Amino acid sequence: MNAYDWLQTILLFVVLLALIKPLGSFMAKVYQGERTFMSPVLAPCENLIYRICGVKKDEEMGWQRYALAMLFFNLALFAALFTILMSQHLLPLNPQKLPAFSWQLALNTAISFTTNTNWQAYAGEQAASYFTQMAGLTVHNFVSAATGMAIAIALIRGFSRRKTSMLGNFWVDLTRSTLYILLPISLVAALVLVSQGVIQNFTPYKTVPLVQSTSYDKPKLDDKGSPLKDAKGNPVTENVIVKEVSIPMGPVASQEAIKELGTNGGGFFNANSAHPFENPTPLTNMLEILLILLIPGSLTYTFGIMVGNTRQGWAILGGMLLLLAVSFGVLQIVETNGNPLVAELGIRGVNMEGKEVRFGLAGSSLFAVATTGTSCGAVNTMHDSLTPLGGMIPLSLILLGEIVFGGVGSGLYTMLAFAIIAVFVSGLMIGRTPEYLGKKIEVREMWLSILTILTAGVVVLILSGIAMITPQAVSSMANPGAHGLSEVFYGFASMANNNGSAFAGLNANVNFYNILGSLAMTLGRYVPAIAVLTMAGSLAEKKYVPPSLGTLPTDKAPFAIWLTLVIIIVGALTFFPALSLGPIVEHLTMLGGK
Amino acid sequence: MKDIRPAILMLIVFTIICGGIYPAVVTGFANSVFPKQAKGSLIVDKSNREIGSDLIGQPFSRPQYFWPRPSATTDFGYNPAGSGGSNAGPTNPDYLKTVMDRVKALRDTGVIGSVPADLVQASASGLDPDITPEAAMVQVPRIAGMRGMSEDALKKLVADHTEGRQFSILGAPRVNVLALNLKLDTVSR
Amino acid sequence: MSKHTAEPISIFDLRIMKPALTESIKKLDPRILWRNPVMFCVEIASVITLITFIMSLTGANREPAWFTGTVSIWLWLTVLFSTFAEALAEGRGKARAASLRKSRTDVTAKRLDKPEFGGNYTTVGASQLRKGDLILVEANDMIAGDGDVVAGAALVNESAVTGESAPVVRESGGDRSAVTGGTTVIANAIIVRITANPGETFLDRMIGLIEGAKRRKTPNEIALEVLLIALTLVFLLVCANISPLSIYSVKAAGQGTPVSLTILVALFVCLAPTTIAALLPAIGIAGMDRLFQKNVIALSGRAIEAAGDVNVLLLDKTGTITHGNREAVSFVPVGGHNEKELALAALSASLFDETPEGRSVVALAQQKYGLGMEKPLDAEVVEFSAETRLSGINIGASCFRKGASDSIVSFVTKLGCTAIPEDLRGLVDRIARAGATPLVVSRDCDILGVINLKDIVKAGIQERFLQLRSMGIKTVMITGDNPLTAAAIAAEAQVDDFLAQAKPEEKLRLIREYQEGGFMVAMTGDGTNDAPALAQADVAVAMNTGTQPAREAANIIDLDSNPTKLLDIVEVGKQILMTRGNLTTFSISNDVAKYFAIIPAMMLSIYPQLEVLNIMHLASPFSAILSAVIFNAIIIPMLVPLALKGTRFRPMPAEKLLIHNLLIYGVGGIIAPFVGIKAIDLMIGMVV
Repeated sequence: MNAYDWLQTILLFVVLLALIKPLGSFMAKVYQGERTFMSPVLAPCENLIYRICGVKKDEEMGWQRYALAMLFFNLALFAALFTILMSQHLLPLNPQKLPAFSWQLALNTAISFTTNTNWQAYAGEQAASYFTQMAGLTVHNFVSAATGMAIAIALIRGFSRRKTSMLGNFWVDLTRSTLYILLPISLVAALVLVSQGVIQNFTPYKTVPLVQSTSYDKPKLDDKGSPLKDAKGNPVTENVIVKEVSIPMGPVASQEAIKELGTNGGGFFNANSAHPFENPTPLTNMLEILLILLIPGSLTYTFGIMVGNTRQGWAILGGMLLLLAVSFGVLQIVETNGNPLVAELGIRGVNMEGKEVRFGLAGSSLFAVATTGTSCGAVNTMHDSLTPLGGMIPLSLILLGEIVFGGVGSGLYTMLAFAIIAVFVSGLMIGRTPEYLGKKIEVREMWLSILTILTAGVVVLILSGIAMITPQAVSSMANPGAHGLSEVFYGFASMANNNGSAFAGLNANVNFYNILGSLAMTLGRYVPAIAVLTMAGSLAEKKYVPPSLGTLPTDKAPFAIWLTLVIIIVGALTFFPALSLGPIVEHLTMLGGK
Repeated sequence: MKDIRPAILMLIVFTIICGGIYPAVVTGFANSVFPKQAKGSLIVDKSNREIGSDLIGQPFSRPQYFWPRPSATTDFGYNPAGSGGSNAGPTNPDYLKTVMDRVKALRDTGVIGSVPADLVQASASGLDPDITPEAAMVQVPRIAGMRGMSEDALKKLVADHTEGRQFSILGAPRVNVLALNLKLDTVSR
Repeated sequence: MSKHTAEPISIFDLRIMKPALTESIKKLDPRILWRNPVMFCVEIASVITLITFIMSLTGANREPAWFTGTVSIWLWLTVLFSTFAEALAEGRGKARAASLRKSRTDVTAKRLDKPEFGGNYTTVGASQLRKGDLILVEANDMIAGDGDVVAGAALVNESAVTGESAPVVRESGGDRSAVTGGTTVIANAIIVRITANPGETFLDRMIGLIEGAKRRKTPNEIALEVLLIALTLVFLLVCANISPLSIYSVKAAGQGTPVSLTILVALFVCLAPTTIAALLPAIGIAGMDRLFQKNVIALSGRAIEAAGDVNVLLLDKTGTITHGNREAVSFVPVGGHNEKELALAALSASLFDETPEGRSVVALAQQKYGLGMEKPLDAEVVEFSAETRLSGINIGASCFRKGASDSIVSFVTKLGCTAIPEDLRGLVDRIARAGATPLVVSRDCDILGVINLKDIVKAGIQERFLQLRSMGIKTVMITGDNPLTAAAIAAEAQVDDFLAQAKPEEKLRLIREYQEGGFMVAMTGDGTNDAPALAQADVAVAMNTGTQPAREAANIIDLDSNPTKLLDIVEVGKQILMTRGNLTTFSISNDVAKYFAIIPAMMLSIYPQLEVLNIMHLASPFSAILSAVIFNAIIIPMLVPLALKGTRFRPMPAEKLLIHNLLIYGVGGIIAPFVGIKAIDLMIGMVV
């Protein structure tokens, strides 16, 4: 790791940490309904929205109603996107005349964007029209993120309120998240992105001549459109000369900004944030990493303010930072060391397969840990081509449950569920009925926390097991051997934890992955979400127990470290066998020179 | 049940705001303040014809051009309509053979010593417009030979086209291959 | 206290070991075992390995029969060790319960129609008595059931319940009216109104509790069990997941065999938190038993755990913080009189005063000045009365009085004296401010000085409060004294707060206030007027000498009637939780080493390169798996003593305590199995 890599890493974190406090306190104000500097402009809009939608903004909801409202809204989101995808060919803003999605792919994609996963079993520039990208995907990027934030805020209220069953109003939290937080930041970020070269237009794809023509062997198709084969069974091909290419266009910047900010991660293009039109310069790269971490990081401060002790937020953030720093360090080191099998061929330097030159190694590694530590899933590096241990880092970050900053909202609430488990065990160890933030942790909270943190893991274990003995699932692998296992495992880890990135060699657009993946994403999103809201309801009804000397302080370094250890232990114990049959064995194979 | 109506209305309202107004505002603003960037940083030749983009790499395989990084886009390398990486795993035998072939191709053009990794490992987007300065430098002798130029003149050209770290800190130094090759064509045929 | 503590029986005593062994086999019955879901899963695993063993014997399984057989034996032992631990913990209680039961066989009662002595009675069996029945209990009769004395007073031997051989007085009315079934009247006769139906009496409840038969899981225990079940489920899925993963890996690597069922089952049992799950019931039972050895009966496990959480302790001043009675500590003369003169007058005034205060005056005069006096026969005793508020004697012409300052002043004024010493008022105020009671002494019409009566704070009580404070527990002294006195004693005893001039309703209000603030409140009480407050408190300790209402309102009964017992109860409560937490951490930390033992062993045929993970250099895959299984089993009996004794409680701030326990049970839990598994592997190497 050279000095520049250090420098830009430190710079990124300095800027991030500097922004967490102001943004965190701003968000706390927004959610507590206080006036902010944006209120003069946005408050009338906000009230107008409530009037149109028939929402009474002072009407509080209990957890059941909050959860129902959330589910109804998400159901509407799913239905809308599914309809758009299935009827894309009939809708406007489709200059490339792209056809409709198959129902399986539409199902997978609609669930994927509704659940903030943004797993993409399609290539954006080849499958999605401008209308789909804007009215469908961009909208989902906003409101699925806002849904996560609303749930997190409801949980925070559960902690901070006493003896009430009311958690706030879902519609208000949703509207404020979008209007005051997501939209303004996206707007500014989008413009900065454009200034650096991210495109924003509605023109048809541009056809440009090549300076030097190129050619390729195109498989011949028969009348029915399936590939022709010769007598020996090899595909019949013809050589095609290419003199001009078509450069895709579209409203990218507006989607790019919210894609990172809302930890969505669904790329406009297939190459996602590696695409020069999505991420043209080192500055946009750093900005995008910053956007990914910004809200999940700041929410810890919002949490601190709302529960009345900002150090509680810093402790959570400390645990997250610790995991992020370690992951980044390992990834950076193993990628610097590169692939010995490639080095043997006389090649110098870091592992560059699947990386872009302009970002530099740190820019790639930082993006990889940021996007998988949060549930973003945008990529500027092809994780499939990382070295085995390098690839294990993003995979592990996902498997830990998306808590290293985590998704907007979902990261915080999953982390708080971990904190409850950590508090429970440590509470017993010091001889007290465990309590967190003044709320006693009882049987109900245990069940719900466990549901929150283990659902995704259980789904991954079950579905990846089924996949390994299903021929269609195995034949989708792009790489043989242990790496293929990693691809499948990563795929389900990503979907169940609502990340959306992939070991992208895996051909996920087959029925097996489209349908089981939809199941994984749905369970991975809504089981924890409902568990969290239930828990918020049960916490809010409890009375407050003031801390005493006998209470374990949860706002200090020892607890932050213990929390981190609990997260690592739970993750390691659950996934060690699978990791040892995937990345670890591949690493050993690589070192063995085979 | 009384939240079904707001659910649908909220969806409509936010579709209008986030899916309509927001991109429209960004588009309007972007095209008035940064029109070139918003339209794709396109390169126009003297006859005002659009001949590529600063940001999108193009395939070069002829020996008189600087070669870009390997690309794994759909159908053929540097196909902007099908961006993406190779997704090759580090121990995949097919991948290792491909890399070996690329190294061999470079060796055949007289490259000695170790080969810069970016020149034989495919980029993430498949459209990476850049190579590292080292990757450009190892190609200088070949191009000098092919074009009958002095290596020093070529090295200077490469140096002129080398973009340092952004703000002297961010990213990595790089050479835009398309720009370099276009320039090359103007100074020597 | 030690003289009448329940005799602790060693768990290694054969009297306990033998029945525990048979009991532990009975507990293998799945209908009983399913109450411990984790061990139930292990039992199913054991059955599966038994089947694979039989298949190995018949050749239907590729693995050698010695391997599957040994795995099966050790899995069965794992379950057995767990049921044995529970049986052992119950054993001590059972032995004690059996002796209690003996005390109530064939008891008959004399049922009366009216609460009058001398009436007719019918003799009925104890089991026929119902609530509200009246019975006559005469000397040498055993009281047939719990009740209240409605008439008479008697000396009762309660040793069957309390272990205390000195008889106690039980009389109608007042705070000593409750009698317990199974105790014996040794003198006089009483009439008792029965307050509990058969099977619901205190003794019945006690037996049930001690035997563990009525033990219900506490909320904390259930929450922990939830965590353990969830972990077990995850590990079940992890093992199930390994199977298809290994099938794929065999194809991918082109060599090896998929992981067998026996090995998967073995891995599952090793990973599942069996150590804590096996010891969990024993920890709770042993905790109750430890309390019982301290002569404390908890009426529910929940109460003990709540005691561990208590952050406010309400303590009666009298008897708990102070010795209970004020004592004379000094004589301070006024108006130029000397000390000895005063002491003599005070002694005279107190000669016939049989109150503790009076006796302490006599004692002090003797101790300090060597004064002694025969009780003069011609003395005229002036008893204390509410009107005069003074007492004393007249001997011949001399009259000695002692009493409150203003009473004495008005007394001597009436005698015609007008010269009140000028320094009296200041002195009296000073003593009162210091929390003591000034008693003014006069001889005839001279005011000689003041007796300084003080509450004596028990020795060592300050340290105990300091300990409590370091555990985060606030102590509140409750007293009927005036605020001034209360403040001074509070300061001396170093309690955090006090409630002066406390009335029952004020106690109740105070408890409610603390509870509103989220505190867990514990209190001790014995009187009927304490009952409402006891019922309100989270942890309510009633003295066994207390009234029936008090005992019914409480959830913990202290048979010794020693109010400082609360501290022991708090400690045991904390110990139970800590033992659970520490063993959970230990159990889970163990999994790291087990993975390193089993994963390379089970995958070796597929990926020989995984040998790198065999960091313990275990001899062979079979030996590695067996070592892990054996370690997993024998760690249970090895930890039984710890589970029964509880981890040591040290009063220190929470954070330090956590780090301390994490280092021992977390880090230790990671290291121990590495050592243990390697050692077992070496031993297997020697045998095979």
